[in-house]
Amino acid sequence: MLEIQGIAVSDGISFAKAYCLKDPDLSFEKVTVLDVQEELERFKAAMGKAKKELQEIYEIAQGKFGADKAAIFAAHLLVIEDPEMIVAIKSKILAGENAEYALDEVASMYIEMFEGIDNIYMQERVADIRDVSKRVLGHLLGIEMVDINRLSSEVIIVAEDLTPSMTAMLDTKYVKGFITDIGGKTSHSAILARTLEIPAVVGTKNATQVIQQETLIILDGTNGKIIVNPTSEVLSFYKQLHTQHITACEELLQYRSLASFSADGCAVEIAGNIGKPEDVDMILNAGGDGVGLFRTEFLYMGRQELPSEEEQFLAYKSVLEKMQGKPTIVRTLDIGGDKHLSYLKLPAEMNPFLGYRAIRISLTQQDIFRVQLRALLRAGAYGHLKIMFPMIATLDEFLRAKAILLEEQQHLKSNGYLIAENVEIGIMIEIPSAAIIADIFAKEVDFFSIGTNDLIQYTLAADRMNENVSYLYQPYHPAVLRLIKNVIDAAHQQGKWVGMCGEMAADEIAIPILLGLGLNEFSMSASSILKTRAHIAKLSKQQSMLHIERILLLSTTDEVKEYVQRHLISS
Amino acid sequence: MKKMYKITAPEGLHARPAALLVTAVTPFECDVALTYKEKSVNLKSIMGVMAQGVAPGGIVEISAEGPDAEKLFQTVTEVFISKGIGEEC
Repeated sequence: MLEIQGIAVSDGISFAKAYCLKDPDLSFEKVTVLDVQEELERFKAAMGKAKKELQEIYEIAQGKFGADKAAIFAAHLLVIEDPEMIVAIKSKILAGENAEYALDEVASMYIEMFEGIDNIYMQERVADIRDVSKRVLGHLLGIEMVDINRLSSEVIIVAEDLTPSMTAMLDTKYVKGFITDIGGKTSHSAILARTLEIPAVVGTKNATQVIQQETLIILDGTNGKIIVNPTSEVLSFYKQLHTQHITACEELLQYRSLASFSADGCAVEIAGNIGKPEDVDMILNAGGDGVGLFRTEFLYMGRQELPSEEEQFLAYKSVLEKMQGKPTIVRTLDIGGDKHLSYLKLPAEMNPFLGYRAIRISLTQQDIFRVQLRALLRAGAYGHLKIMFPMIATLDEFLRAKAILLEEQQHLKSNGYLIAENVEIGIMIEIPSAAIIADIFAKEVDFFSIGTNDLIQYTLAADRMNENVSYLYQPYHPAVLRLIKNVIDAAHQQGKWVGMCGEMAADEIAIPILLGLGLNEFSMSASSILKTRAHIAKLSKQQSMLHIERILLLSTTDEVKEYVQRHLISS
Repeated sequence: MKKMYKITAPEGLHARPAALLVTAVTPFECDVALTYKEKSVNLKSIMGVMAQGVAPGGIVEISAEGPDAEKLFQTVTEVFISKGIGEEC
């Protein structure tokens, strides 16, 4: 038995065999073959196996995710069937090279050739060729390749990190959780785990090195603990914990159809964050009061050209219709930073989080922005749409973005489109400058939504993806709390409302403080909605308000935690 | 048989358009080549076609020899037009 500690990012306990995603050792020797016919047969057999696998994967992916996401495997099939490549490899084998070496030589030749062409499509093809040649090489060497989407039994995935495309392929029927070496509470894989409602532990540093393929593991996503090869006593203890967790979840279900009120009867809104139209179902299942953050990047990512107005319109419309009149806040494109679009050809930057991203791109590349706004305004006719702009730093940015929106609104109207009228327009508060001059913004906007992940990162100047400075990611830091107070007070003075759509909105300690500060809307992963509603139902807003002044005078995170626990939660 | 086509796909003859074209001609028996800037490649080879790097607006020559060449050109023209890849010229 072995214990590993990591960062708990998604609640729940699961038990399954480890499924390690690591690059297998595909090294080989160059040898001269004597029986070239036999070598050719060996090559053909490996190609046949690889091709059969790719066809299977393609079919599975098509059924599961649609033709669009499956297209990458269609490309792989074309590569493996490429007659020129096959001829080149065969002629090398006929000249006495072993199949592994011949394959590698030819694949490397193509990779080198494509890398020399300055074109983003070529870079993707390079990845395709690498994938395919690895697959064939694996068969030549008799090494089983792992395929995340060809699972047929329950597993817990163990990987260094999960890329967005890998996570898009996860099937929760078989994937009972995941463990990664790197990452933190706000990394993409962590957010995804909460969206999928599967337990996850990240930032373990060495899980991939110590966990062997197929060993039984217990994954405790609530406490960030992993137990490898548990004894039967430990296993039964965790099974009991698991049952308790399920019971607790069932108890929460009574809050599903209840409105969100504090113990002393003050109404708040508890909404959900979504990244794809399908995520709406989870918000509705949890009885969310609305969508507090609809990230629109999914429409732009994993493809080769910008999405059309029509495509976007249909996606937004489907969400607004499903929400049946409940408020749905859509954030305009927030690309840049750690999110890239290959086809936009954004230059690499020294400080991407401080660089060309979000509204900065929208205001410069207005053709992209205007298409999105038109699609949104048209979709707005089908539900309760609110729009917000990300990464606003100056008033001028907001006024320009709003002017563009109004222009497009006018334009659509005069062209006879059915569009949303009186759409509330707000901004994300993520940059300290905006938080500090919230009083100025409050006169112009309809609402604020505080994006705490970025606000904390910018306030404490700590990259939230960098493990070495993760101790600086402090939601209860007095500076952060004071900024939030400033924003809420400024908004309320102008009769505007304030929401929060970062991780902090679902934080047990932060919630009583935010309630006392007067936050109107809490938006979070679907999986946190019921827990938060139950938590708030036991808190008194009046009581919290009485303590705010004291809390804001505390000097450290630990003091805040202790104070809140003692005075606000237990009472 | 030979025919000239102008590529109209905005990204040129890369990725998706190239894949569509290769997929369309692969089932045919005859040999088929794509010539661009005096360089010829096998049109059944996705990597050969992409290595050509045909830019939008580029003129390519497709030549085919074999029993089903005529039918192949019908298919190629159809794919070019229906998928917005290019036009005969």
